[in-house]
Amino acid sequence: MNDMRLGDRAKQMDDTKIRARGVNVFYGDNHAIKDVDVDIADRMVTAFIGPSGCGKSTFLRCLNRMNDTISACKITGEIKIDDQNIYDSRVDPVQLRAKVGMVFQKPNPFPKSIYDNVAYGPRIHGLAKNRKEMDEIVERALRRGAIWNEVKDRLHAPATGLSGGQQQRICIARAVATEPEVLLMDEPCSALDPIATAQVEELIDELRQNFSVVIVTHSMQQAARVSQRTAFFHLGDLVEYGETGTIFTNPEDSRTESYISGRIG
Amino acid sequence: MTDIPEGGAHPQQDGPRRGSLFAENPRIKARNRAEKRFRAYGIAAISIAMAFLCVLLFSIVKNGLPAFTQTYIQVDVTLDQEVLDPDATGDPAVIAQKTTFSYAPLIQAALVDRLAQSGIETEVTPDRLARILSSGAAAQLRNHVLANPEVVGETVEFDLLASSRVDGYMKGRVTREALARDPNLDAAHLEIIDALKAEGSVERRFNLDFITGTDASDSRPEEAGLGASVLGSFYMMLVVLLLALPIGVAASIYLEEFAPENRFTDLIEVNISNLAAVPSIVFGILGLAAFIQFAHLPASAPLVGGLVLTLMTLPTIIISTRASLRAVPPSIRDAALGVGASKMQATMHHVLPLAMPGILTGTILGLAQALGETAPLLLIGMVGFIASEYPDSFTSGFTDPNSAMPAQIYEWAKRADPAYYERAWGGIIVLLAFLLLMNIVAVLLRRRFERRW
Repeated sequence: MNDMRLGDRAKQMDDTKIRARGVNVFYGDNHAIKDVDVDIADRMVTAFIGPSGCGKSTFLRCLNRMNDTISACKITGEIKIDDQNIYDSRVDPVQLRAKVGMVFQKPNPFPKSIYDNVAYGPRIHGLAKNRKEMDEIVERALRRGAIWNEVKDRLHAPATGLSGGQQQRICIARAVATEPEVLLMDEPCSALDPIATAQVEELIDELRQNFSVVIVTHSMQQAARVSQRTAFFHLGDLVEYGETGTIFTNPEDSRTESYISGRIG
Repeated sequence: MTDIPEGGAHPQQDGPRRGSLFAENPRIKARNRAEKRFRAYGIAAISIAMAFLCVLLFSIVKNGLPAFTQTYIQVDVTLDQEVLDPDATGDPAVIAQKTTFSYAPLIQAALVDRLAQSGIETEVTPDRLARILSSGAAAQLRNHVLANPEVVGETVEFDLLASSRVDGYMKGRVTREALARDPNLDAAHLEIIDALKAEGSVERRFNLDFITGTDASDSRPEEAGLGASVLGSFYMMLVVLLLALPIGVAASIYLEEFAPENRFTDLIEVNISNLAAVPSIVFGILGLAAFIQFAHLPASAPLVGGLVLTLMTLPTIIISTRASLRAVPPSIRDAALGVGASKMQATMHHVLPLAMPGILTGTILGLAQALGETAPLLLIGMVGFIASEYPDSFTSGFTDPNSAMPAQIYEWAKRADPAYYERAWGGIIVLLAFLLLMNIVAVLLRRRFERRW
């Protein structure tokens, strides 16, 4: 599986973008994430797999502090991006989220035009000095989102009028428009058909050139296709983490083996 | 992977196992009957409601429509210079010194002339003749003369307001038998009216003064109008809109998007819900104590009325605003936060615009409720006040004593004269027209904001 990318896998482990140590998440009395340590490499795709409710999405949302919006959620441990703890009291989550972009499970474009959707992030962060620069940013983001050719003639049409797959690529373009360093994707293809999924997967592979991508997925095939590293979560534990090829062909833990062969989950 | 052995699932039967598709089995029959009954109940309930609505609208229109027309009597009045301006100064200041008492004899003379001219014989003595006219007729004459001093000495044709009894006779409300016990008018007066009507000098026509005019005293229902109280209501709605909308929306946004979830905010939420159910008269007492007795704002002022109604409307606006904020899908908030918007930006740029149609609808419904409220106005002195003058300027409209539409209607309904009763119904039509207008605005605003996709 995925043998073409063995060269990538040889990349040394010390090029770490995100370093999580001893992360615990509690939703009220529910211990959702148990003592997770993980290193996420720069310019690589890392996949989180595991059965429903195992905490992979929760952990992903810890990486840009989206869980802050849930008042019942308590997080301990430390997560460092470029050696800076994002749960430090000096960190402003808004600034963090400009650095760590996110794409959600369901396509969620703003009910505005395609242009305004993509331009929103750059606009609030003041990335463009004038109209022309903004046009360039929007075009670049839409090209990176592999949707420029489909929408270039109707940039001011409502984004909500597009198909699901197009909407999701608009959302990806919107996320990359703010020039983040890490891109978090929470089951980005779960609402898409196989053709749109293939387009998005291709896109993820291209995004790897510039970003560190973390993707949560229910599809093991998808994890195998797009990722270089895979982490298997089960009931809040990080069971196994390593090279995607190793996880899928020669897992160390019996639970991982059961899951990937379809016996649990 | 089933445990059912092959071929053993269903014992072989002759014919279809569940009977023919064309025949209803008893269970289905019972179910269909129940469904039919349920539909019948629904239709019956709606029909009854519609019938009541029709009766209500019919009686309002039937009783209220006559209030929009008024009877006028055409009389040529000689504005005698000897009476009004004996020294022929032509000076408006001199003419203004003459009160309505000076005009009454002119009207009497004019009526006597009019009857003589048509050869109408009557047993009514000349001093009682003017009772077919409104007691405000002299004032009507005087106002005309003051506005045009040059007409003094001439004979001018006037359309003078008929008295409310004559008006009632024209509208079929007053009969000759009823006048037997009436000290104001005799059946003989009606003979005169019939004669004048035959000549086309008595006419019933649309009376704009009912909508734009001011209230009048008990004895002159024919002159009373809603206008001042419409203004009073307008000023109150202005105060309510300017205060309740921003305060209500800000409070809802804070409670819905920013407030921490703890005992204290729970307490506030319970209180807001309960406030919406507090009888409005309680708000009236509160307004009396807080705004008039403590803050010493003027009584009977639309400003105070508006403040009281603001208190009353706030819970409604907060509840509907929170509901429409909650209806905005969380994915929109996530999307905005995900690209690095602050909570404030996510709310102002995305959530609030999407919630706007709901907020506006809630606000207008709250305003409509406030527009029809009478009880709290009772306690701050806006009921029973006879607003016989318009406010002097736009700003003084807030503090000048005034009434409000529902208060005016209540006041009229309370008065003994049946002519006022008719005006109360007419006032309800005007009030309903305003409510309808506000609801149309609510619908249009909703459409306007939703059309953005």
